[in-house]
Amino acid sequence: MEIILAIGIGVFAASGVWLLLRPRTYQVIIGLSLISYAVNLFIFSMGRVKLHAPPVLQPGTAGDPSAVADPVPQALVLTAIVIGFAMTALLLVVLLAARGRTGTDHVDGREAD
Amino acid sequence: MDPINHIVILPILLPLVVGAFMLLFSDRRRSMKIALSIGTTLTLLGVAIALVAIAGTPHGDRWSSLIVYPVGNWPPPFGIVLVADRLSALMLLLTAVLANATLLFALARWHGAGPRFYTLFLFLLAGLNGAFLTGDLFNLFVFFEILLAASYGLVLHGSGTARVKAGLHYIPINLIASSLFLIGVSLIYGVTGTLNMADLGRTVPTLPEDSRVLFEIGAAILGIAFLVKAGMWPLSFWLPTTYAAACAPVAAMFAIMTKVGIYVILRLFLLALGDEAGAVEDFGAEWLYFGGMATIAFGAIGVLAAQSMQRLGGYAVLVSSGTLLAAIGTGNSAVISGALYYLAVSTLSIAAYFLLVELIERGRQAGADVLAVTQEMFGDPEEDIEEEDDEVGVAIPATIAVLGGAFVACTALLSGLPPLSGFIAKFAMLSALINEAGSIPAQHWALVILLMVSGLAMLIAMTRTGIRSLWVPDEIAIPRVRAIEAIPIGLLLLLCVVMTVMGGPTMRYMEATAQVLYWPAIYANDVLGPAAGGPR
Repeated sequence: MEIILAIGIGVFAASGVWLLLRPRTYQVIIGLSLISYAVNLFIFSMGRVKLHAPPVLQPGTAGDPSAVADPVPQALVLTAIVIGFAMTALLLVVLLAARGRTGTDHVDGREAD
Repeated sequence: MDPINHIVILPILLPLVVGAFMLLFSDRRRSMKIALSIGTTLTLLGVAIALVAIAGTPHGDRWSSLIVYPVGNWPPPFGIVLVADRLSALMLLLTAVLANATLLFALARWHGAGPRFYTLFLFLLAGLNGAFLTGDLFNLFVFFEILLAASYGLVLHGSGTARVKAGLHYIPINLIASSLFLIGVSLIYGVTGTLNMADLGRTVPTLPEDSRVLFEIGAAILGIAFLVKAGMWPLSFWLPTTYAAACAPVAAMFAIMTKVGIYVILRLFLLALGDEAGAVEDFGAEWLYFGGMATIAFGAIGVLAAQSMQRLGGYAVLVSSGTLLAAIGTGNSAVISGALYYLAVSTLSIAAYFLLVELIERGRQAGADVLAVTQEMFGDPEEDIEEEDDEVGVAIPATIAVLGGAFVACTALLSGLPPLSGFIAKFAMLSALINEAGSIPAQHWALVILLMVSGLAMLIAMTRTGIRSLWVPDEIAIPRVRAIEAIPIGLLLLLCVVMTVMGGPTMRYMEATAQVLYWPAIYANDVLGPAAGGPR
């Protein structure tokens, strides 16, 4: 379980960083999305990986921390997802504006020679 | 809870609500929006002054009182708290002063250069104020995102290819920094189990050996995120381009944005990694110190090499950031109180410089190019303003003399020459560095020399620019400057003069502020109540 999660985060982050360093704006935006997936999974895992444990108290489980998952990272990850989504949308608009104004989708606004 | 304490939430709530309300109306209803925006910034100024007065009042046997505002009345550390202490109140006041000056300046021309200016501006204020007030790490992230989202809109305000290109670098870099912020915050949460800053200060000294390394990794990653915002070399290459591309009032407002990063580093560094932090004491201090020095050097070289006046301003921001980071890195409270004074002075003078540059450049071809693009993009509102200009605009006699005088004042402030407050700020830091008990380490001498040299570089660059742009009357048409544009610059510079005249009281406030930062245990007691194991 942990190893799958760790490999998943690693693959997302590595692909994201590679795409981020590419010269095309679309690749950059996909790279940023992949990095934000990796970050979200990472936040989630910081509440410890726990199976069959809901983040809310069930009747009879009060006072037994082993029966519940840490709800704080789950709340944090929701916030992070929403904010990341909005920022990606905003960046897409800027990307289109840059494409329209400079006539190229290179991140510097002009083709490398 | 004392009802007066509710004013702590006002600096966040008021701009957020007014800004959102203004979204409901078309930009054509300009007079209503102007009235609402000015009303909001003036109220914020009043609230900030009140908070400074409250936080600066001695309370019992202590130097200052601290207002803790548990949002929703959930007890900390489980609920989110807003904390207004001396440092927060100081930053709020600085933000409010800048906001009033830049908004007034923008009303002359720039507010019509793009859609939704007032809303974006107020959201930026809400984010800034929130970041200064919050006592919770994740809440800090949310406020950072609010201020960044507004700043993305403001960078592009006025449109034009240069701004879009700069935005294309500025936005992804800040998104990456936000990702690092999240990784750092969640690592710290995973290790310490808390996001409350005061609780963090209490938990960190008790960390077991094996989780200390993880905490340090988290703190380092978090630090990188803030250093990107603060513009430490080599994380700062985006900064001069972005600041040069942004329109004048926005660039002036951005003068405080790098200071947000500095503020958070100062707060967290002294709270979680300060003298009482046990094994992690002063973690990263050397990085801040030497990174700050590298930033000063890079900024000074950039100032000398800058081709345009806006870029010169961008590099001046870097010099100011570097100075502050190096001062924090010394970990010496006398140096830090000087640095706080320097923070206020440099923010005000850099903002005044950005506003001034736009007026000077107006007579020149480069500035006209950008304006021409703007007019092409948003033809109608600009035409309205042009007409207004003809009717209302007063060509101040001897405009150049006024601009030149302001430029000289900016030069003295930025390069730290007497008699203005820039000199007092530098003098306070230098004398604290040299007057240390015992022998002075070589690295402090290096900082002293670097500060002197950067001041000299600033002086050379500013003098050269001034001669090039103000002493060649054949080449420039005398810019038409309206009184409403000259007044904000005058006010900002006047405030720097007041800080010189009132140097004693101002410096005492800064000293007390720096002292309070060195008592994280008292901060934690005020926020959380007495520690479980008795008072420490």
